[in-house]
Amino acid sequence: MTFLGICQIFFFISLILLIAKPLGLYIYNVLEGNNTLFSGILRPSEMLIYRLANIDFCEEMNWLKYTQCVIAFSLVSMLLTYLLLIFQNLLPLNPMHFGLSDAPAYATKMTPDLAFNTAISFTTNTNWQSYAGETTMTYLSQMLALAFHNFVSSATGIAVAIAVIRGFIANRVGTIGNFWTDLTRITIYILLPICIPLALLLVSQGVVQNLNPYLTFTTLDNHNQTLSFGLVASQEAIKNLGTNGGGFFNANSAHPFENPTPLTNLLEMLSIFIIPAALTYTFGKMVKDTRQGVALLTVMTIIFLIGTLVTYHFEAKGNPNFKPYNINYATNQLGDSGGNMEGKELRFGIANSSLFAVVTTDTSCGAVNCLHDCLTPMGGLITLLNIELGEVVFGGTGSGLYGIIVFAVLSVFIAGLMVGRTPEYLGKKIEKKEVKMAMLFILIAAFSILVFTAIASVINFPKDSFWNSFGSGTNNLNNVGPHGFSELLYAFSSCTGNNGSAFAGLSANTPFYNILLGIAMFLGRFFMIIPVLAMAGSLSEKKLVPASIGTFPTYSYLFVILLISVILIVGALTFFPALCLGPIIEEFLMRQGKLF
Amino acid sequence: MIKIFLDSIKLTLVLAIITGLIYPLVITGLANIMFDDKANGSLLYDQNHKVIGSKLIGQAFTSNKYFQGRPSRAGNGYDALLSGGSNLGSTSQKLIEGNKDFDGIKQLAAKYRLVNKIDFTTKIPVEAVTASASGLDPDISYENAMLQAPRIASVRHLSQNKVTDLIELNVQKRELGFIGEPRINVLILNLDLDKLP
Repeated sequence: MTFLGICQIFFFISLILLIAKPLGLYIYNVLEGNNTLFSGILRPSEMLIYRLANIDFCEEMNWLKYTQCVIAFSLVSMLLTYLLLIFQNLLPLNPMHFGLSDAPAYATKMTPDLAFNTAISFTTNTNWQSYAGETTMTYLSQMLALAFHNFVSSATGIAVAIAVIRGFIANRVGTIGNFWTDLTRITIYILLPICIPLALLLVSQGVVQNLNPYLTFTTLDNHNQTLSFGLVASQEAIKNLGTNGGGFFNANSAHPFENPTPLTNLLEMLSIFIIPAALTYTFGKMVKDTRQGVALLTVMTIIFLIGTLVTYHFEAKGNPNFKPYNINYATNQLGDSGGNMEGKELRFGIANSSLFAVVTTDTSCGAVNCLHDCLTPMGGLITLLNIELGEVVFGGTGSGLYGIIVFAVLSVFIAGLMVGRTPEYLGKKIEKKEVKMAMLFILIAAFSILVFTAIASVINFPKDSFWNSFGSGTNNLNNVGPHGFSELLYAFSSCTGNNGSAFAGLSANTPFYNILLGIAMFLGRFFMIIPVLAMAGSLSEKKLVPASIGTFPTYSYLFVILLISVILIVGALTFFPALCLGPIIEEFLMRQGKLF
Repeated sequence: MIKIFLDSIKLTLVLAIITGLIYPLVITGLANIMFDDKANGSLLYDQNHKVIGSKLIGQAFTSNKYFQGRPSRAGNGYDALLSGGSNLGSTSQKLIEGNKDFDGIKQLAAKYRLVNKIDFTTKIPVEAVTASASGLDPDISYENAMLQAPRIASVRHLSQNKVTDLIELNVQKRELGFIGEPRINVLILNLDLDKLP
């Protein structure tokens, strides 16, 4: 580790903490329908959208109606994406003729199972990619089928989080807001106004933004090279801001056209964290006690810093298996271009790559600027664990906040058990129904990750079968030994957690993996949203009880420590055995010089 | 329930047009007015106005007279259509020792020593024998360039000082003094090298 590396990490998190309050306040005003900076121009557009879509913007919905709207909207937009992908060969903005008879040799076919997997992936805010963008997707597919979802899936997540908070503040009302207006306002007041300057800033640094066909030329040393282009900057902005993470190119944010300089790298990391951080302030503002939001933000910041420093430490230490070849990887001589440089870009070095890896897995983003498959075992462990903890450390846009609220509910429940009192959170009694829903939230994720990984580890297909042309499920792996198992565990963790990053050695573009991972993404999104909205519904019907002397203050240091412990213990108890078989044993074997 | 689906269809279409068509096309228009060069790939041209590459995308250099970039696992090396890396973990035998179709760290280090006539006692910077994430990394480290300098000087019949001066000139510093890593763009360094009398 270097001094400058640590400075960069603290500089980053300080900027996040600085922006969180003003942005959180802005989001609060937007969702309350108050006048804001852009209301003059945006209010008429908002009204126009309601008129075009014929929406009753005054309606107040109960939790069931709200959930039905979330699901219906997701299904409809998923179908739109599926159709756009399947018929992309017939649609315009296809300069490389993908899917046509004169398609270039490198083009990958858009199969129905790939379109299915991709449609679920982008609808659920996962952005797992079984394809490589530059050889599979037309420009129209990228912007209309995929980037569109980057906006609305993120807005849906934020809307659900806000609805959950409304459940807490409603005093026997039974309603939690209007999904249509939440969705529309978040998209046009929050996401679009940030994306426009962000995209232009990215272009100013070298991120491409054009509709040109690919360019083939002879390089300086007489080789052929073909550059792929596209509408990258506009997609890059929302990819990170909405914690989506689906790269325009295969190499994602490691590709120089997506992330050309350390400055764009910083902007991209900031845009990943900023909305989840701000939402904690919005939360505090809505429950009329900003200390509640600060407590959650403190928990997030502490877990984030631990994860980052551990990852950075192990990446900087490097791979001892390089020693016999007299390679210099000492960071005290080479700075942050030493350490484990396999799968990392030189312009980012070890510090910014470790930081990005933790940022993208703490949230449900999944954009990568280094290859997670090449991380050292302990670095890989942290990214894997971050996802398995439920992505509540900042977390996805919205999904992080409702995730940590679920953990907070569990924490007060545990604290209540210890002292023998009915637990309360934010003035609402936490009873059987709430705890059941919170447990469902946690168990479904664990089920999807562990059971599906187990299935994929043992399943056998005949070679060249339709379901998996590689044969058995483990033949799709790029690594053998414990690291191979980590690849599988990571894939199902990433999809269930709606993260979308990968230990990318796994060749997942076969019907078996496309469908099983698709189901994991579906469970990880909607079977989280339904219990959490049901919890909000039940809370919204309850009476607000004023805090008494016996109420456990959920803004205290004690609560912060308890919440951190609950998050870590639940995650560790659930996943420790599986992690032992993967990264933990790999770390010991690596130190002994064992290769696979 | 049917009304909910009808509302969903209408809102999906309206939002898709706004965020999936209007937004990206407006950004494309603005980007091409404000940052024409960068929006189109930061291309570099030779004297005959023919494209010879992008400033941001690394190229394969196999001739001895050019500085060479990092190993690349994108296709057969620096294939910009197949961006990506090795995806091999720290305990991978293939990554460390290689096999008959794949150069591991062992072979890459041996080749680097052979080409640059460095003996085994001299350490090679790790970035010179490891592949980047994109396979298109345009940069190398100062240490890596310095180890290649004697070879360049002897192939091009230049004094070693001239080459090392050029390297010093091409060092790109950290942004704002502390963000990112210092680095040298290989393509630009090689273009400068060709311009030397």
